[in-house]
Amino acid sequence: MPKEVLQGTLDLMVLRTLDVMGPQHGFGLAKRILQVSQGLLDLNQGTLYPALLRLEQRRWIKSRWGVSENNRKAKFFELTARGRKQIDEETRNWETTVALMAKFLAKTGDL
Amino acid sequence: MSWRWIVDVFRRRRLDADLDSQLAYHLDALEAEGRARGMSPADARAAARRDMGGLTQIKDAYRDQLRLPAVETIWQDVRYAVRAMRRSVTFTVVVVSTLAIGIGANTTVFAVLDSVLLQPLAYPTADELVALKLSAPGAPGLADGLRLSPSMYRTFADRNRVFQSLGVWVATRGTVTDVGEPEEVRAIGVSDGLLRTFNVPPAAGRWFVTGDHLGARRPPPTPLRQYTTVMLSYGYWQRRFAGQLSVVGRTLMVDGLPKTIVGVMPKEFRVVDADTELIFPLAFDDSRFTLAGFNYQGVARLRPGVTIAQANADVASLIPVWMRSWSDGPGTTSRIYETWNIRPDLRPLKGEVIAGVTDVLWVVMATIGLVMLIACANITNLLLVRAEVRQKELAVRAALGAGRARIIRGLLVESVLLGLLGGALGAALAYAGVRVLLAIGPANLPRLNEISVDARTVGFAAMLSLVSSVMFGLIPAWKYTAPRIAATLGTLGRTTSVSRQRHRVRSALVVVQVAIALVLLVSAGLMIRTFQSIRHVDPGFTEAEHLQLLRMFFSQTAGTDPERVTRMQNAIQDQLASIPGVSSAAFGSAMPMEGFGPNLGVVNFGRIYTQDQQGLTADNGPVRLFKYASPGFFRTAGTRVISGREIAWTEVYDLRPVVVVSENLARELWGTPSAAVGKYIRHLPDMPWHEVIGVVQDVRENGVYEHTPATVYWPTMSASLNARPGQPNAIRGVTFVVRSERTNTPAFLNQLRQAVWSVNPSLPASPRTMREVYDRSLARTSFTLVMLAIAASMALFLGVVGIYGVISYVVSQRTREIGIRATLGAQQRELQRMFVRHGLVLAAVGVAIGLGAAAGLTRLMSTLLYGITPLDPMTYAVVPVILVIATLLASCLPARRAASVDPIEALRSE
Repeated sequence: MPKEVLQGTLDLMVLRTLDVMGPQHGFGLAKRILQVSQGLLDLNQGTLYPALLRLEQRRWIKSRWGVSENNRKAKFFELTARGRKQIDEETRNWETTVALMAKFLAKTGDL
Repeated sequence: MSWRWIVDVFRRRRLDADLDSQLAYHLDALEAEGRARGMSPADARAAARRDMGGLTQIKDAYRDQLRLPAVETIWQDVRYAVRAMRRSVTFTVVVVSTLAIGIGANTTVFAVLDSVLLQPLAYPTADELVALKLSAPGAPGLADGLRLSPSMYRTFADRNRVFQSLGVWVATRGTVTDVGEPEEVRAIGVSDGLLRTFNVPPAAGRWFVTGDHLGARRPPPTPLRQYTTVMLSYGYWQRRFAGQLSVVGRTLMVDGLPKTIVGVMPKEFRVVDADTELIFPLAFDDSRFTLAGFNYQGVARLRPGVTIAQANADVASLIPVWMRSWSDGPGTTSRIYETWNIRPDLRPLKGEVIAGVTDVLWVVMATIGLVMLIACANITNLLLVRAEVRQKELAVRAALGAGRARIIRGLLVESVLLGLLGGALGAALAYAGVRVLLAIGPANLPRLNEISVDARTVGFAAMLSLVSSVMFGLIPAWKYTAPRIAATLGTLGRTTSVSRQRHRVRSALVVVQVAIALVLLVSAGLMIRTFQSIRHVDPGFTEAEHLQLLRMFFSQTAGTDPERVTRMQNAIQDQLASIPGVSSAAFGSAMPMEGFGPNLGVVNFGRIYTQDQQGLTADNGPVRLFKYASPGFFRTAGTRVISGREIAWTEVYDLRPVVVVSENLARELWGTPSAAVGKYIRHLPDMPWHEVIGVVQDVRENGVYEHTPATVYWPTMSASLNARPGQPNAIRGVTFVVRSERTNTPAFLNQLRQAVWSVNPSLPASPRTMREVYDRSLARTSFTLVMLAIAASMALFLGVVGIYGVISYVVSQRTREIGIRATLGAQQRELQRMFVRHGLVLAAVGVAIGLGAAAGLTRLMSTLLYGITPLDPMTYAVVPVILVIATLLASCLPARRAASVDPIEALRSE
């Protein structure tokens, strides 16, 4: 069963996707994230679009109107320099969390 | 929160449209994908819709992100807080009214403090103004420095290089006879340059110009010529002339001579701190200047950029110039002034104006501030109890996902709301409070007319309410949102014994309250002790409430001949003495504490010469207070005659050279009072030697606080009043004093007036009692006492309530434990003692801390004390006892409740 997006992880997913793929519109991002998650994730658009706005408000990404592959007007998002820095930061955080959880799960008996 | 948020709020509509087109694109793209996978258009659209989820929800979530989150949720908190407040009305009323009283009292005192101490004086560029003071450490007997003589004024005004302008002034009194009943009014003589120095434009008419300071010649030796113009104060103008502009140009009879009114000064104008009715021009006659005549106060306006130190240096360089330029007459030398060691001691004018009240106001402000702290501690305790009660609610909120920060914020919003409510009420109270304070405040408070509740005051109230609400809100918020809430959910509903830690906060608060209350009680105690020691001081007169005073001036129109004036004064004295119920009447140059400084021409300072055993003249250096007393003056006032006797009327009329001296002068010059009788003194080389015929007790001339000056009492008509040999003069400004038990009754006052007017109908007769004079001289002390007493009783009350609250709470929390103890055989008495002991321990710790704090803090009020030290053992012994007794009572009530708990009930109630 597909998982809800874990709080705080969507930002990193979006940033990372934009980092790898370059400027993307909302649909493209959603599609890519679902693709990468290989169906493990249930990405609600009600989370994605507010998240994009939030990231923009934090100035980690910026947006501009452009023309999509099928020649329609679409809003494209791309990483800012701050956003690139943020990826490192968030990645570190995530790794810490993972390591921490791993310890708990591995050594249940010692706790 | 970044600024983008704020921008986005305003771009909301465009961003909405943005989202719409983004979503439309997303939907179309999904649909296109579906079709590409071979779906029918209708199926593809339906699938896309499904995948997309609810558009409305997406938009809502998006809009949430757009909002100012803090503002939005704070509004929620506010609404929540209002609901909570409405649910517990009693709590809200108690907290808000405690705060309102606290903030109101603080704001009131602040309004006064701000207007009096902090705001600049009401003159243009007031920081340039300095008081032109001199010190003369070589001239003992001068309590308050040396004032300026006319020749000094002339030297300084003409030769200084540091002032834009300077002037001198002198406060005196005058009689106005042609507006209604004859009235004795306050008058201030100002030299050329003084009004320019203050630079306050007149409200009507004009200032004095140089011509007004010329005047007409008067008989020698006075250096003052007869002035012919006068200005009115705003108050007098309103009171006597209803503010008519036509008053400018009319004449006014002052001291029997017509003066032309040339202008009116505006309402806020004061000459330094002196209020007045009339302002008249000092017309100096330079040809009669001597070095002496130190009767004038100087004010100067510094040139821009000149410091007080530079100005001091400049004036210092002018003092030798002054000594060379003038002389006290043939046969005298200026060497005496060299020994006086006269030095300039310029001070900012504002400091001079507020000198007497700075300490008082700061002490009162600090006191009221401490009361506010106690009130906050009490409210904190109330909030703690309330938070305890609401623990379940908070736990539920936390369980539903409210973060700790959010809950803290919610609780803080509640306390800030309480604080602001209290603050608003408090500010309103301050409006009334300022009026009350002005009514009970010292009548001689400087800058009284400038006190108002203004924007700064309201700002202070707002700040105070915010700071205090955060102060009392933060502790409960912090404690009750600690991350053990989830755990409490399970145990709620059972009154478990409360954790030690929570007790600790509450106990600490009570200890602080007791400590502060102790400090305030000690301060109030010190003031009470000060009053006691003042009461034990013999002021040099008796039964002040039975002494009626009448102040009047006998102008040249009343008689130019000294004997005529004296006979008139004698007649009035006899008339007054014959009123039924009057035991005796007399007059003198002034009664003690009447508030005429030695500069008023009423009483004088001068040096005296004494004859030693070889019959030689010895110059005794220090200046003495000169007063003039009619026969019967000491008997009427109640001043004890220690040795010898009073002056008799025959001696006055025969111009017999006799004097009475004060005890301290007699002891200083001749060792004992009895040795003084029969000795001789004089104060000018060419006047006859005056025989000392009596010695009277020392009199507290300048107030109970002040030292008793060595005094010479001359006859009211004597050669001592005149520098010309053989030419006697009569004292013209006099205070009649009447001893009677009927003082201040309407019939009596009427008889007094009739008695005066039967002799001369153009004399003023506005009576007051010596008690009023005496109380006024103590106004500062009694004001401090009243304020500290109010603050201390508030503190004691709040402290007792605090202890009561804590013990009651502890009892209610431990009901179960009490039940168990009782079941196991604990005696009622024992249980009771357990709780009383708890209260006493708290009180003891508070008292110990408070004693330490008081020992440090009360030193700050040492200038307000009299006859005791700030560490007065009596006060420090009694106050802790009072506090401990109060604590005992406060903890006894709840303890008794605890002891009477029915064990069965207590256990069942769980």
